[in-house]
Amino acid sequence: MLGYALKRVLSAIPIALITITVCFFILRMAPGGPFDGERALPPDVLKNLRAYYNLDQPLIVQYFIYIGGVLRGDFGPSMVMTDFSVGRLLAIGLPFTLMLGFTAFIVGTLAGMLAGAIAAVNQNKWPDYLLVFVVLIGLVIPNFLMANIVQLVFGVYLHWLPVGGYVPGSAIHLVLPVLILALPHGGRVARLVRGSMIEVLGTNYVRTARSKGLGTRLILARHAIKPALLPVVSYLGPGLSYLLTGSLVVEQVFSLPGVGKYFITAALNRDYGLVLGTTILYVFIILALNLLVDLLYAWLDPKVRYR
Amino acid sequence: MKITQVLKAVATAGALALFMGSAVQAVTLNLGNGGEPGSLDPHKVSGDWENRIVGEYTEGLVAEDARADAIPGQAESWTISDDGLVYTFKLRSDAVWTDGVPVTAQNFVDAFQRLFDPATAAEYAYLQFPIKNSSKIAAGEITDFSELGVKAIDDKTLEITLEASTPFFLQALTHYTAFPIRKDVIEKFGDQWTQPENIVGNGPYKIVEWVPGSYIRAVKSDTYYGKDALAIGEIKFENSEDLTAALNRYRAGELDILTDFPADQYKFLQDNYPNQAHVAPFLGIYYYVLNQTKPPLDNVNVRKALSISIMRDVIGPDVLGTGELPAYGWVPDGTANYEGTPYLPAWAAEPYDQRVAEAKALMAEAGYTPENPLKLQLRYNTNDNHQRIAVAISSMWKEIGVDVELFNAEVAVHYDALRAGDFQVGRAGWLLDYSDASNTLDLLRTGVENNYGRYSNPEFDGLMDQASKELDLQKRSDLLHQAETLAMDEFGAVPIYWYVSKNVVSPKISGFVDNAKDINRVRWLSKSE
Repeated sequence: MLGYALKRVLSAIPIALITITVCFFILRMAPGGPFDGERALPPDVLKNLRAYYNLDQPLIVQYFIYIGGVLRGDFGPSMVMTDFSVGRLLAIGLPFTLMLGFTAFIVGTLAGMLAGAIAAVNQNKWPDYLLVFVVLIGLVIPNFLMANIVQLVFGVYLHWLPVGGYVPGSAIHLVLPVLILALPHGGRVARLVRGSMIEVLGTNYVRTARSKGLGTRLILARHAIKPALLPVVSYLGPGLSYLLTGSLVVEQVFSLPGVGKYFITAALNRDYGLVLGTTILYVFIILALNLLVDLLYAWLDPKVRYR
Repeated sequence: MKITQVLKAVATAGALALFMGSAVQAVTLNLGNGGEPGSLDPHKVSGDWENRIVGEYTEGLVAEDARADAIPGQAESWTISDDGLVYTFKLRSDAVWTDGVPVTAQNFVDAFQRLFDPATAAEYAYLQFPIKNSSKIAAGEITDFSELGVKAIDDKTLEITLEASTPFFLQALTHYTAFPIRKDVIEKFGDQWTQPENIVGNGPYKIVEWVPGSYIRAVKSDTYYGKDALAIGEIKFENSEDLTAALNRYRAGELDILTDFPADQYKFLQDNYPNQAHVAPFLGIYYYVLNQTKPPLDNVNVRKALSISIMRDVIGPDVLGTGELPAYGWVPDGTANYEGTPYLPAWAAEPYDQRVAEAKALMAEAGYTPENPLKLQLRYNTNDNHQRIAVAISSMWKEIGVDVELFNAEVAVHYDALRAGDFQVGRAGWLLDYSDASNTLDLLRTGVENNYGRYSNPEFDGLMDQASKELDLQKRSDLLHQAETLAMDEFGAVPIYWYVSKNVVSPKISGFVDNAKDINRVRWLSKSE
């Protein structure tokens, strides 16, 4: 298993390299550039700016300059947020995004599993209907709308929680963002758990356990939970990477200092350095998560074994 | 850690945060500032949200009063030579940087040299091009910076020489491109000099914290000459890019001022928060450019038909909902040094039906009828408001036999296409850099990069040249009026509405004065709890 893990880690390098290369050239093919704002810049200024960021060099030279920088750990400057290097922006935003994403992940996963299990045990009774309804709401209402609703309800009308903003060290400011981020994730988890749990509860070995006279709780704990979690586990990897990359809306609505928004804004601004920096970062996050899930899967399901 | 422990920790942290929040003594202004600043370096910024921060931590020779008019800033007085070419500024004796170093004339010399240095690549350097030899230095034609028309006579006396007399030069000096810098600080820290731990300023407030994507915090500077008059002790410039969320935060009392709000909430605000939404005329114009290098828009009659068939009075109140005023001319009302009646064409007063009939006749003359419609592509950058206006105008144009295809693209792509001349009708907007008519009229000069429609008339160019050399303000204003009339009579572009500034100001805040530049420096504000 260690050898397998090592192989997977090593294979990440060519994948990352291919991603950077493709991303680098696609980005340059897109019309417009980082200095095409509402106003045309005087040609001299534009020339100076382009020279400053090496954009006047042939594309292939720029590519090697960039790769060289990355290998030395330098992601270059941001062309739009000029007071920051890409490395510094990511260093400031990443810990926050990870904290927010993981919190939402844990909250959403636990709540989702619990809700799914309750719904499965009470299939076609009122707790099931209620939970299915809540899950549906969580899934179908887009997060910017949901964010607005909870801001109005908990912040503006009830005054229970701050509407937005970031205060270092303040947990209360993170309650609504975590809720918004966790809701769709929890919904998906709940649906998966409910489905697979119902399936497991109908299997022969559960029926056998029941006929032995075991109580529902014991059956759930000893026989049903582990196999019912398999589809959930395979979803957790993509689910977590979605939470880490999909925080754009939450960050913008609540004015939070994460990196999720750079994904979109950097691409729209043609901030070449920042687009590539965030892409590289997420390539590694996603590869690492997938690896983790695969290993977890092997541990959970004896049928899957890696050499 | 057990769940209960986690919960306890969370609760304690939350309570602590609440406590710390209420323990702050100084009056804090929570300002919904709009976007995220790309920079705090006065030579690199370009947005109004950046100006709001830069103008608080740095101050130029002249500053802005509550109405954003020019008043003495770091310079306590100045004299102007009779030919209007040489300005001599006397700096305040008590002007001091936040690290205790006195502000000297050399700081301004350093700043202007850096501004025009090609290596700085300052986007807005051209605003100070009235200064002698500045454009040549920026273009790399002169490499000896000592030839720049900015000289330190002694520590507290600065002399600026211009290329030609420029009536709006003091206005231009209020712009952040004219702010002083500390060369030693920039040399020491490089690109990192604007980080809170390194930054040095000479303005009323001092930057102490910058959390990208969230906020910038500034506190009263104890070295500012006017510090005793500052009622606000601390400013939090909050990122409020999401306008709806920012409005929610305002309603919950988390923000005191919003510098923008969603147009469709104007009615709601008027009904529920009376007198808090400020909509005021603003020096800017929203317009459509018509590509005049290709048929059919090279035909002045087609351009006329398109322009007169736009029902402008409904755009502001109904399409946008914020009451923007219809624009028929090219220079906003309230622009400085621009006396006389605003340009208003005769057709603007005619009933709309009559205008449509005339437009139809003009189109028929050019060979276009409802059976054989003129097909036009209308480009705009992706935005709800631009889309609403485009839809409204294309339905007005349908009446006169024009079939409009709408095409939207993100900002960078949109302006790239306009600049390349790859469009027929395009949406554009212009906010005046300083209050002077030449700032918008220059957009219609031959060969100017921002003249997207490529309107070109030698007579217009001649009038503009003459005006730029005219010393007499009245005569200059007459020449500019002639130029405006000429270009508008030829439909060189299609003005649609004048921009308005949209602020929401809490009743707790006093001293906020609506003005055409939409600049409200915090030093004039106060807040009651």
